[in-house]
Amino acid sequence: MKEIELTNRINTTDKMVFDVKGLNLWYDQEQALRDINIGIEKNRVTAIIGPSGCGKSTFIKTLNRMVENIPSVRITGEILYHQQNIFDKAISVEELRTRVGMVFQKPNPFPKSIYENVVFGPKIHGIKDKNLLMEIAEISLKRAALWDEVKDRLKKNAIGLSGGQQQRLCIARALAVNPDILLMDEPTSALDPIATGKIEDLVLELKKDYTIVIVTHSMQQAARISDKTAFFLTGELLEYDETKKIFSNPQHKKTEDYVTGRFG
Amino acid sequence: MSDRETDVREIIQNNIRNKKGIVNKIMPVFFFIMASVSVLTTIGIIVTLVTDAYKFFSAVGLSEIFSTRLAPLRAEDPTFGILPLINGTIIITAIAMLVAIPLGLTAALYLSQFASPRVRKTVKPILEVLAGIPTIVYGFFAYTFVTPMLMSLIPTLESKNALSPGIVMGIMIIPLVASLSEDAMNAVPEILKEGSLALGSTKLEVAIKVVIPSAISGIIASFVLAISRAIGETMIVTIASGSSKAFTFDITRSMQTMTSYIVEFTSGDAGSGTTGYYSLYAVGLILLSFTLVMNLIAQYISRKYREEY
Repeated sequence: MKEIELTNRINTTDKMVFDVKGLNLWYDQEQALRDINIGIEKNRVTAIIGPSGCGKSTFIKTLNRMVENIPSVRITGEILYHQQNIFDKAISVEELRTRVGMVFQKPNPFPKSIYENVVFGPKIHGIKDKNLLMEIAEISLKRAALWDEVKDRLKKNAIGLSGGQQQRLCIARALAVNPDILLMDEPTSALDPIATGKIEDLVLELKKDYTIVIVTHSMQQAARISDKTAFFLTGELLEYDETKKIFSNPQHKKTEDYVTGRFG
Repeated sequence: MSDRETDVREIIQNNIRNKKGIVNKIMPVFFFIMASVSVLTTIGIIVTLVTDAYKFFSAVGLSEIFSTRLAPLRAEDPTFGILPLINGTIIITAIAMLVAIPLGLTAALYLSQFASPRVRKTVKPILEVLAGIPTIVYGFFAYTFVTPMLMSLIPTLESKNALSPGIVMGIMIIPLVASLSEDAMNAVPEILKEGSLALGSTKLEVAIKVVIPSAISGIIASFVLAISRAIGETMIVTIASGSSKAFTFDITRSMQTMTSYIVEFTSGDAGSGTTGYYSLYAVGLILLSFTLVMNLIAQYISRKYREEY
């Protein structure tokens, strides 16, 4: 079967980048996501909140199909990415992941130089021209607000960077393959408040060019940086609305209890 | 405090007082003595080798030792050039590595990165059985099975040759390379692999671009240990490679390694006190320094790259 190229299918005027319909997910017998229906809007920051074990991490990992790396995962329902179901057999999961980038909970730079980290994706995908790679590295590092701090030591091992710098490097690395969505799975949970602040500023800057979905444990973070907030509870999407509304006038009692810190 | 609490307190105090007794002082000393046994044995071996090897080195000139003339059993004017033995050892080791490294490494890659847990659970123990086969059985296998098979391919192959034991030794070492490399590959953090997958890498790209580079110190250490295992291997070469003392690079011919030289001489040919007898210690010493250097290199490599990730 010939793989459909996602690129040709992207309609840049779409307001909705992801349209999730009736998504269910099981780990073995245990159901982790129940009938999720949610639309992720373009150029906005969508925060996913909820207590531990509510399925928010599972959900975000489903959007780029990383969740399938866990054996015994079973999924039903569909996720439309620009009208195209990402579970379609004709979709290349590799290409999907270059469109839907991901930043993880713990900074995970490769034990290579800063430069090699950023150009890892482009190189894998066949870019060989040294000048072009350098250009990609510079643009990506600038977008991730890291360029000024590392421009003199691009050949140094990335492990020598601070935690916050490593996380911004991981953002640069994800941006280097030109995604239009950035998934962030609790990207600041391993960082100190100052590094966290920098990442949050960066998210606000990046949403001009990218759509961002961020899982967070911090209510303040969700309130500060997101436009829309989705509240997950025991595998269900309990409430999804403008962030302002979720934090000031939620529909559900449980949402209110959670965002005001009464449980979770 | 209630009565019960006072009782508990008293029991604890009594117990702690009793622990200050003699056993707690003696046991560490006992453990130290036990630990010293292996250290002392090592020192003993080195002292024996060095003193007797010294007698050999003072009896035979250096120019003769580092020559290709090896004829220790000649009645008049025996010569003791060690180069044929070193040559035989290196060539057979090299053949073994040509077999063991590619096969061991690919087996490790498959088991750690691609095999399903079920396949891994079945294949790994089978692979490890290879490591448990006595080397004399391998020697037999080389001489009675591999050599005749190779002869049908290479008609000029001698019945005792370097090629066959080299290959069989390589097969014997596969589990060592595979198991140590696999450990190193499994130690690569999952988050690094995920980072690569999330950029759209295939599993193969993850294995080659992320797992191997991150595990390289462990992989190289496994190679070095495999080399030192091959250098020290005795039975296979004694049986299948024969005892020709000619200096040759022709792998279809018989060669003698340092280890099989020692076997030949300790099976009775060298009278105590003769130069031939002392030559055993010299060869033993050289063999020991070869493997020692290899082990040091392995330790150095794994320490140097340990904190890579």
